[in-house]
Parts: sequence; C-alpha cells; structure tokens
Amino acid sequence: MSRQSLSKAHKKITELSWEPTFATPATRFGTDYNFDKAPKKDPLKQILRSYFPMEEEKDNRVFGAMDGAIRGNMFRQVQERWMEWQKLFLSIIPFPEISAARAMPMAIDAVPNPEIHNGLAVQMIDEVRHSTIQMNLKRLYMNHYIDPAGFDMSEKAFANNYAGTIGRQFGEGFITGDAITAANIYLTVVAETAFTNTLFVAMPSEAAANGDYLLPTVFHSVQSDESRHISNGYSILLMALADEDNRVLLERDLRYAWWNNHCVVDAAIGTFIEYGTKDRRKDRDSYAEMWRRWIYDDYYRSYLIPLEKYGLKIPHDLVEEAWNRIWNKGYVHEVAQFFATGWPVNYWRIDPMTDEDFDWFEYKYPGWYNKYGKWWENYNRLKHPGRNKPIAFEDVDYQYPHRCWTCMVPCLIREDMVTEKVDGTWKTYCSETCAWTDIKAFRPEYEGRPTPNMGRLTGHREWETLHHDKDLAQVILDLGYVRDDGKTLIPQPHLDLDDPKKLWTLDDVRGINFQSPNVLLNEMSDADREAAVAAYTAGGPAGRPAPAPAA
Amino acid sequence: MTATAEPTTSSAPPENVRSFPKPAFTDAEAGAKTFPSSTSRSYNYFTPAKKRATTYEDVTFDVQPDPARHLTQGWIYGFANGPGGYPQDWTVLRSSDWHQFRDPNEEWEQTIYRNNANIVRQTQQNLENAKAARAYDSWTRGWTTFVERDLGAWMHCENGLGMHVFTAAQRSAPTNMINNAMCVNAAHKLRFAQDLALFNLDISESGLPFDGSVHKAVWHEDPVWQGVRENAERLTAIGDWAQALFATNVVFESLVGVLFRSHLVMQVAARNGDYITPTIVGSGEHDYSRDLAYTRVLFSMLARDEEHGEANREVLQGWLAEWVPVSLHAAHQLQPIWSHPGERVVPFAESLAAATADLTNLLTELDLDVPKELSE
Ligand SMILES: [Fe+2]
Ligand SMILES: [Fe+2]
Ligand SMILES: [Zn+2]
Repeated sequence: MSRQSLSKAHKKITELSWEPTFATPATRFGTDYNFDKAPKKDPLKQILRSYFPMEEEKDNRVFGAMDGAIRGNMFRQVQERWMEWQKLFLSIIPFPEISAARAMPMAIDAVPNPEIHNGLAVQMIDEVRHSTIQMNLKRLYMNHYIDPAGFDMSEKAFANNYAGTIGRQFGEGFITGDAITAANIYLTVVAETAFTNTLFVAMPSEAAANGDYLLPTVFHSVQSDESRHISNGYSILLMALADEDNRVLLERDLRYAWWNNHCVVDAAIGTFIEYGTKDRRKDRDSYAEMWRRWIYDDYYRSYLIPLEKYGLKIPHDLVEEAWNRIWNKGYVHEVAQFFATGWPVNYWRIDPMTDEDFDWFEYKYPGWYNKYGKWWENYNRLKHPGRNKPIAFEDVDYQYPHRCWTCMVPCLIREDMVTEKVDGTWKTYCSETCAWTDIKAFRPEYEGRPTPNMGRLTGHREWETLHHDKDLAQVILDLGYVRDDGKTLIPQPHLDLDDPKKLWTLDDVRGINFQSPNVLLNEMSDADREAAVAAYTAGGPAGRPAPAPAA
Repeated sequence: MTATAEPTTSSAPPENVRSFPKPAFTDAEAGAKTFPSSTSRSYNYFTPAKKRATTYEDVTFDVQPDPARHLTQGWIYGFANGPGGYPQDWTVLRSSDWHQFRDPNEEWEQTIYRNNANIVRQTQQNLENAKAARAYDSWTRGWTTFVERDLGAWMHCENGLGMHVFTAAQRSAPTNMINNAMCVNAAHKLRFAQDLALFNLDISESGLPFDGSVHKAVWHEDPVWQGVRENAERLTAIGDWAQALFATNVVFESLVGVLFRSHLVMQVAARNGDYITPTIVGSGEHDYSRDLAYTRVLFSMLARDEEHGEANREVLQGWLAEWVPVSLHAAHQLQPIWSHPGERVVPFAESLAAATADLTNLLTELDLDVPKELSE
C-alpha cells in the first residue's frame, strides 16, 4: 500500500467507532487516573489489511528457520549450559506475553480515544502470537534437545516454583489493579519500552553465541512488533500527563514499575546472560555493559528524560540505584549464586563455573573472585551425590537468604534488607523501594489521596512458607521435579548425563529438613529477631554470614 | 575441572580483530545419550482431549495458570476489591472443570495469521479486479444506496462488538483456551469491519455517485438502524463475560447478524448486479461460523455440566428471556431495509423465519427451551 493510500485507509478506519447513546461499555477495570482533559494522541497507523499478511510472512520465516535448524542438526552445537536456563526462561515468558494480550481491554476501558483502541486491539493479537510462538519454540526444544526433563513439565513448574513466581509478576502486574498502572506504566512504559531490549535483543545474541539460532529467530520476530506497542503506550502516557492530577500517580507508578522490573528482569536475564553462556570472549559485552547501553542510554537518557519537560517526574535516584546494584553490589552474581544454591528445587540443571569462566568474570567484574570464587569452587566440589548433601545444606559460608515480600527475589544485598511488621506479619524487603511498594504504593490511599483502584500484593508470597518443615525429598516429590524413573531428580548441579551415579535421586536428599526463613523470623521473640536481622544485614557479600560478634 | 585459587587477570583482547563466538560440537541432540527422562518428549502437565496432544493444546493449555491446578502460591496481585488473576466468579455460570473446553477451530498463532491473511489478500484482489472491470457501474441505484447506507451502517456494529465485546471479554474467562478463542473472535470482527470500511472507501473513489460518509449518520440516526445500535451498545455494557458472549454470538448474531448478512445481503446482492459484496460479507459469514462453533462447544459444555448443568441452563434461559426480545426488536426495526435494494428478491418474513429456525436448532442443541417469542 502506498503511503497516501495507507493514511487514507487509516482515516477511513477511524470512522468505525462512535459515541454510544443507549449504553456505554461495561467498566470492568477501574483507574484512578483521569483522562477527561486529555488531548487525543495518535499512535502508529495500523490497518489489519496490511497487518495480517505482514505477520504471516514473518511467521513463515520463523517456521522456515525451525525446519532448517532441525535439518541442520542445530542441537549438535548447542551448549547445554545455555539450554538448561531456557527451561526456566521459556516456562515464564509465554505468560507475560499472553497477559499483555489480556491487559489491552483494561487500557481500552480506561482511555477514551478510539484511535488508540485500534492500536491496542492489534497489540492484543500480536501478544497471542508471541505467547504461542514461544510455546512452540519450547516444544521444539523439548523434542530435539538432549535432556527434555523440565521442558516436559514446563507450565506446571512455572506455576509451583519460586523462580516462576518471581517471573509471574512480569505478567500478573500487567493485568491486575489500577488499569493504567498495570496496562500502561508497568506493561508498556517500563516493561516493553525498557526491558524488552534486554529480553529480546540481548538474550538472542547470547543464544546465538551458544549455538542456538532459533531463539534469535523467534525473539527478533517478536521484538519487531514491539515498536508499535511502545508507540501505543507512549500515546497514553502523553494523554495522562495532560492532567496535573495524574502526575503524582505517574510518579508513584514509574517508581514502582521501574524498580520491580529491575529486580525481576535483571535477576533473570542477568543470570542467563552471565552464567548461562559458554562464550567467554573478553570483548563480548557483559550484562552490565549491555544494561548500560540498552537501559541506561537508550531508555533512561533517550526516552525517559525527554519526558521531563512534559511534567513527568523521573525516578533518577532509582535508575542510579539499579545501576549501583548491578555494578557495585553484585546483584546479578548474588542472584545466580542463589539460583545455584537452590538447585534441588529447580527444574533445570546448572553447570558449574570453570577456570575460563572465573577468568572472564574477574576481567569483566574486577574483584569477582574474592567475593564469589570460593563458593563456586565449593559448588563444583559438591556437585555429585554420595559423600555430601546439596550445597545449600553444607557449610560453605553461605546463609540462605530472606525473601523480599515485594519482588520475591531474595534480599541478597544483605545490608539493604528492610524488616517491617506489615498487616500483622514480619516481612522482609530487598530494598527501601520494595518496602515502599508494599507499604505505601499498593494501598487504597497514596499521599493523602484516595486510590480506590490501586491493586494489592497478595498470595503466599514467601515460597518457602509452603514447604516449611518438610523433608527435602518430599518437597521435590510434591513439586513433581522427578524424572520418569520415579527417583532421579530433574534438577542437577552439573551437566554430566553419562554416569547414572552422578545423578542425584530422592534418596540423596532424604532426611534434610527444609525451612522457611520468614516462618522462623516470625516465631522469634522481639530480641532474637532484632539480633537475627542485625546479623543478617551485617552479612554478605556472596551470602557470607557476618563474623560472630566478639564475646 | 579444577578451579584456580587465584584468578589470572588477563589483558584486554587486541584491537581491530574481529571476534566471533566459536561453534563447538556438543552433541546435545535428542537421543545422544540414554538416562532417566531422556525420552520424555511431550508436555505432561495436562491431559489432552484425544490420545495425543495437538499443537494447539501444547501451545495454549495452562499458559494461564490456575490456583485450582498448579498455581500453589496463588495470584500474587489482587484488585482493590477482590482477587486478581482470573476469578471464576466473573461469570455466574459454573463449571466442574473449565479446562475441558477446547476450541474446535484450534486457533493459535499460525492459524490466526494464515486464515486472516488469506481473507484480506482475497478481498484486496477482488476489489482490484472490481475496479479494473468497472464492476460497480452495473449496480442498480437502489443497490448502491443500500451498500452506501445499510452495509455502511453495519460495519460500525462489527467494529463495536469486536472492540467492546470480544476484546473486552478475553481478559475475563478462567482459561487460556476460552480467552484465546474470544480473542480470535475479536480479530475476526475488527478485520471484517475494516474490510467493509475499505470497501466503502474504494466505492467512494470509483466515480459512482456514492456518499462514502453517510454511513455514520445512518448508524447514528436512521430509525431503522437504532434498534441494532441499541442492541450492540447494550451488549458492550454487559459485565459478565459469558453473558456478553452468549447474548452476542447466540442471540444477536442469529437474529440480527445472520439475518442481515446471510438472509439479506448474500441473497440479494447478485440479483442487483453485485458480485463483490458477497465475497466480502461471505468472509464475515465464514468467520461467524467458526466463532459460533467454539461458542456452541463452550455453552454445550456448561449446559451439560454434571454438577452445574441444571443451574447453568436456568441462567442461560434467563439470558434468553432478556436478550431475545432486544434482538427481535432490532430485527423488526430493520425490516424496511428489505425494500431498499432495487431488486427485492426475499421477503423479510422469510429471512426472519430462516434466522429464528437456526436459533431454535441451536437452542435445542444446548438443551434450552425455545422462548415463546421465537415461535410466534
Ligand atoms: Fe509481546
Ligand atoms: Fe508487546
Ligand atoms: Zn524486592
């Protein structure tokens, strides 16, 4: 279609909507934002006549590549270290995708602008595409990769695992609570605009470096829809900014959404890219370097800061603190170490780090070895069953962490943990901002103004609580993370499949008591709890307990 | 592997040397080794409807989790006034297992784009051919006015339902299978509305005396269309997603949608020298037959539910009592347009009888009583 006929066609399509007079669409989802004064902003022009064939062609390329990968025996060159993390990643990501589809009517309800409605409806269809095409990629991995265990129980594991739940925020956060908080600020202005770059651009290039060129094919195809989504979100944001009364909500939501996305996405993608790769070329970018480029420069400096002139309050302090956590406080390393500590309750295998890895980490993150090296040596030493328990239950100078009530990533930067009694329970938070999110933001009132539509943080948020005081073998059995012989575990702290004696079974983890740090904390006397918290926050890095105070 | 006690700090790699990741032979393909679960190559967390799971089931099932299945920590975000996620009480209908529903069309990414791309390609070709063959020149004046006003008004209806019934409803059902089916339904409606709008644009540029903007006024003000518009607007106002789906796809589509598309437009277009409109409206009819198929499967499942079937049928009966009169009223108000085309080849009563017969069959299939208004 020519440009001229495209804009004529688009104009025609805008004639389809009308002002109802008999009844107005049901308001299923409320918002505390106001759009009465908003000028109408046009998103990108989108017409289904050109949309469907365009996407079909993209699909044909994806499916062609899939056939080619199988015919070309791609899996003979794929790194297992990388593929194992895909069991986690691809169990999570189809849910955020489909949630984005489900979020669209929430934004449509909230924003009185039919032109934006069209764009949002097209995005809905895109997101069904993304979700199902990713499920299909995972199915291909399950069929052709050496170890299908974990892929085979994917969506169940996603739903009952601590890491799945961390990822689930990136999804549930799109579809619940205040419609604009969820479907615009959290989903589009932050998740899609900032973090899809690391998800769908940085991840694929790392996949390719590990012999997997299907993930790039699928995710680049997904990412190519993203600019339209970003444009939808941007239009809504500008409309919201037009009303001064919205600004305090925008500031709140941007702080929450930015920080939560950082906690969740940087934890997961950072780990995949730094610890899931075999590519240790010194000139390949580290996650920190990618973050600096994609998030700090492209998103923060080029997208967010220019919005300041429209009255948007930018969380400069939180952008800097996210960077500080990644660069100075070892956020990604702490998370990766935690994932590896918790290996018996994962549904994927985690490869130990080698000399080459150590060397790379030290080069990219000077000082890494002094913090994390010893622990990873222990991980390697304890990787086979028989003479020892899983590393979490051996003395390796690591204190199993408290979990952040808000972002559900543990409080790994020990000195930053905040402890508060909230709604009758002692809760721990990884950071001031996560504490603020629960205590101040997700409440029916914000800074003296009623926010009746704001959501709530709900559910059994500390995963360990569900399994407190059970035998580890029973926990794993309940979760279903057992292979088809009924005893070998799906998770393993190594990649050695050739020798059955190296594979951990239920017998190897029986008799180990599993406990929830939060339950224990709540059972303590005030004095004991204060001491425990003081000791905890004095600990770290790398989970090291603080030295006992001199008697 | 042994780990070094002291890391070697190496220097930066030389400049100006292109650097590539090195491919490595890993032999990580299926079957390379035998070990527990080495042949576990199907999703094992749900029971497929048939012996083997279809691609559709594999890519759709359980992607939207459910606390009643595997979601042990529950929904982690809530609404201010109730639980988050996908509460089952967002409809008053009940099911002993919502997850039994499968879309008979097995829609997923590939089918959505293949089907809709085929339709828009076909439509565009037809429109180009029509232009080249000056096909609109042979239209009767009466027919041209019908397309301009009545078909023009109808496209608003399709768009409104697509946007505010189906797009809205796909947030709300308890399973991914149901929500995706409604989402595809939304895509159909929106695409069909746009196909009609672009058809309208083509005709207004064809040199024919044709007012390409009058459709808005007709939809908004022409008394014959106000019953339809009222019905459509009221459908968008229903909060219960299943009621919205039922009142739209079962009641409104039968008594108004099919009445207009199949029993009027498709019957009389050719008689008026128009062979283009039936190809476009025919695609809308084709969409609807797919959309009706999933709707029928869903409501049969609910009407026949061992535990809740009886209560569900009672609710559905109530919805019929509420919505059949609204749609019948809309249909009757529309009656004058049967005389708008130049060649009247089909009487309104005959069209309405055909439409009510279809609905009667559908209701009988769902074990529902046929409301008395339909047999009058
Ligand atoms: Fe997406
Ligand atoms: Fe998106
Ligand atoms: Zn946190």
